[in-house]
Amino acid sequence: MRCMLKRLSLLWLLILAGLAAAPVWAAEGDAAAIVQSFGGKQGYDETETHIKEAAATGDPAVAPALRALRDGNLYWRKSDEAVFIATESGDTLKLADPMTGADAGTAPKDDFTKVRVKNSIRVAVTAALGSLTLRAENAVQRLRAADTLFSEADPEMIEPLDGAIAAETDATVKARMEEARAAAVLESDRPAEEKAAAAKVLEQRGDREALNKLATFASSTKDEAARGAAERAIAAIESNIAFWGQAQNVWYGLSLGSVLLLAAIGLAITFGVMGVINMAHGEMVMLGAYTTFVVQEQIRQSAPFLFEWSLAIAIPLAFLVSAAVGLVLERSLIRFLYGRPLETLLATFGVSLVLQQAVRSIFGPTNRQVGNPDWMSGAFDVGMMSVTWNRLWIIVFALLVFAALLLVLNKTPLGLQMRAVTQNRKMASAMGIRTPWIDAMTFALGSGIAGMAGVALSQIDNVSPNLGQGYIIDSFMVVVFGGVGNLWGTLVGAMTLGILNKLLEPFAGAVLGKIVVLVLIILFIQKRPRGLFAQKGRFVDA
Amino acid sequence: MDLRTKRLGTLTAAAIASFCVTGAFAQDKPSGEPIKIGILHSLSGTMAISETTLKDAMLMLIDEQNKKGGVLGRPLEAVVVDPASDWPLFAEKARELISQDKVAAVFGCWTSVSRKSVLPVFKELDNILFYPVQYEGEESERNVFYTGAAPNQQAIPAVDYLMDEGVQRWVLEGTDYVYPRTTNKILEQYLKDKGVAAEDIKINYTPFGFSDWQTEVSAIKDFGSAGKKTAVVSTVNGDANVPFYKELANQGIKATDIPVVAFSVGEEELAGIDTGPLVGHLAAWNYFESVDTPENKEFIDKWHKFIGNDKRVTNDPMEAHYIGFNMWVKAVEKAGTTDPDKVIDALPGVEQANLTGGMSKMLPNHHITKPVLIGEIQSDGQFEVVSETDDLVPGDAWSDFLPESKKLEADWVDLKCGNYDTEAKKCLGDAAK
Repeated sequence: MRCMLKRLSLLWLLILAGLAAAPVWAAEGDAAAIVQSFGGKQGYDETETHIKEAAATGDPAVAPALRALRDGNLYWRKSDEAVFIATESGDTLKLADPMTGADAGTAPKDDFTKVRVKNSIRVAVTAALGSLTLRAENAVQRLRAADTLFSEADPEMIEPLDGAIAAETDATVKARMEEARAAAVLESDRPAEEKAAAAKVLEQRGDREALNKLATFASSTKDEAARGAAERAIAAIESNIAFWGQAQNVWYGLSLGSVLLLAAIGLAITFGVMGVINMAHGEMVMLGAYTTFVVQEQIRQSAPFLFEWSLAIAIPLAFLVSAAVGLVLERSLIRFLYGRPLETLLATFGVSLVLQQAVRSIFGPTNRQVGNPDWMSGAFDVGMMSVTWNRLWIIVFALLVFAALLLVLNKTPLGLQMRAVTQNRKMASAMGIRTPWIDAMTFALGSGIAGMAGVALSQIDNVSPNLGQGYIIDSFMVVVFGGVGNLWGTLVGAMTLGILNKLLEPFAGAVLGKIVVLVLIILFIQKRPRGLFAQKGRFVDA
Repeated sequence: MDLRTKRLGTLTAAAIASFCVTGAFAQDKPSGEPIKIGILHSLSGTMAISETTLKDAMLMLIDEQNKKGGVLGRPLEAVVVDPASDWPLFAEKARELISQDKVAAVFGCWTSVSRKSVLPVFKELDNILFYPVQYEGEESERNVFYTGAAPNQQAIPAVDYLMDEGVQRWVLEGTDYVYPRTTNKILEQYLKDKGVAAEDIKINYTPFGFSDWQTEVSAIKDFGSAGKKTAVVSTVNGDANVPFYKELANQGIKATDIPVVAFSVGEEELAGIDTGPLVGHLAAWNYFESVDTPENKEFIDKWHKFIGNDKRVTNDPMEAHYIGFNMWVKAVEKAGTTDPDKVIDALPGVEQANLTGGMSKMLPNHHITKPVLIGEIQSDGQFEVVSETDDLVPGDAWSDFLPESKKLEADWVDLKCGNYDTEAKKCLGDAAK
């Protein structure tokens, strides 16, 4: 390994000297032969040796084959052990030359064997690619190379990194390379001043990995001055991390709060405004999630190009499906039980079991796969906080649903009539409002919103018949805590519970954290039985 | 939820009746009074997700056996009940199966709590339970045969594999109930015995059905950035796994950075997830659908044909039922009767080929020998085996890594005891509980 890195450094010097043309130090035949050595039955150890040999050629031409190996796309032919890069399509393989990438036709899968990989092989490939792709055309590849070198922190790589830094044009990549160089300097036997400077560079980076490099260095070095610099850097990073840790917890809290808000907001209508204890609320959420599944299935079969839009298509459909079920439920059952909360509770609990088992019979008891569109996958960094896209979109979606609901309640005739019926049913009736119809519409609205919540929850939770059960208790908690009959109360209640939960979790653990929150709510309800924002409603009047 | 007992064997029985009339095939086709087999798996409620498949697998096995001529020349009849994921109901339904339906043996249960709930019933009415799921050990009962893995057949080899891969720091992540707690207790002791420092082990529990993994996953990320190679050993239960893996993928934790090895995630659980970002995470089982043996191929083909859907996967507990059922058949034929008492005595020593190319054997402690396979998740939702024990590993009822159970031994052949104290040289019996 060491010897190959020396060769590599030599190579960089050569390039700096202006020989940036095609690779001349290693004959192409060499690299090709090494790639061919992946053919044939071999153990993981052997494969790893071949990877190291490939990296030692220093020839970027081996990179495509290594990448294919890592991704499980490198095959060898059973008849002559020739190695190909191949992609599967049904029972055949599309072959390509491992060196040139030229098309090599197709062949039946049974004639080939995949080169076996496991995690340690993938790690070895990534390390090998790191040294090979430091000067790659693609900035992303160079960035990855720099990151790999950072975690390896190999003093032998300082010189090649110097060369690469001098030639680098992309500011981000350059900064990463400098960090990688600093990490390597700390490991080297360079003078103390240089190490102190390197500690500064790592302090700028300021994350846990930098902290870890500094800590290892501080505990092992004998040089007082360099250790002092490292310890100052450690202290600075630690306070920074503590700050961002709290910020991260608040963010997680907001995100949990938005999930609670979504789950509870439909209930805020049916339970909060109408006073119906609807135990089947969670199943409305579940129906929304299954609607998303059905929509995605249809799209996969008949219009795959629409997949990125599947959630947008699912939202109105989920609303309609759940609203329709809610409407049927209200007309056929709940309207006969108004004013009898206990019977309503039992009846809707029964309905929830019926709905669960119905879904189980239709779709089966196992989880259904709902895919994440690309714009909902992955994460990005804000400072030292990582923000995942799906959580961000769910927060946005929850707030949009909330705003839309406020608008409906306050600015539309339906909303006006709803509020009128809630506040004084007899008077509203006397004014010519068809109160039974308003009841049905209100219940359908609340159910439909639960369905929309199901679309969002399908992105982060299991789509199984039990999906709704997990949310019903939390939803009631939010609505009761926020104040029955008040939408703003639901918003504040959901966010408070979310943040409280997430601030407690790191100290108390998830199990105890939940218990503490529950106890706090009980105490709070003792003090203020009507929740944060108490409001008059029919339920209160009755 | 008063689901009535379903009798699915009537068709078979009718077919058999017609053969009896003609009498032409009396030699080949089973005849006479059917032998009843109880199937005690939840078909509704939380656990239906896992247990329904096992019910179908059992129906298939019984169907196969009837085609082969039944047992002792008599046809088998499945009696399916639904304990609805309700633990006390498991005991009631078990009683119903044994006292009313007079079944010869019961195949069932998934969670440890359901097994504990039916134990007294099986003891009192003296019947046989085949339990097909990996579990925490620390138990050996005369009436129960454990065809799933004991901790030494799953957890310990998995940890050994990761140690070979250079892992030095460990997160033991589990759902808060008896199986993860006991397994983690054993693993913690094992790791410490192997010289892992206490600060390099982090144990964390979450509630059942937990779905908001943000804090936990970011804590794992932090714990793993301490410079030592870190791995997560996950005993997270069924439903909570999908959000867990989704969060791992979202926060960009790759298997090459921090691998997660799971003991409760199989082909069936992965069917609900896009496994692309999970490639390289691990699972330890005694069977994978991807294992390439003629027996396994035949089993998968039969399963697809029986269930009428060639996308349905097979998994480890299904194999456990396959082994357990065939062992029962052999034991009944050996004993010449279906009387549970005699079959219990006939079972230890019975051998049955498993689906991964080995010969599993029922041991005197009522556990079986199994191979341990470590597999990496592939992008198609299957596992690729990356490590396999050279020999079959005998199941150990009482862990050697817990001080209080080290001295205990289970042997129902010579000692006739499930918890024999080798130091005091006496059987603790029920008094120990």
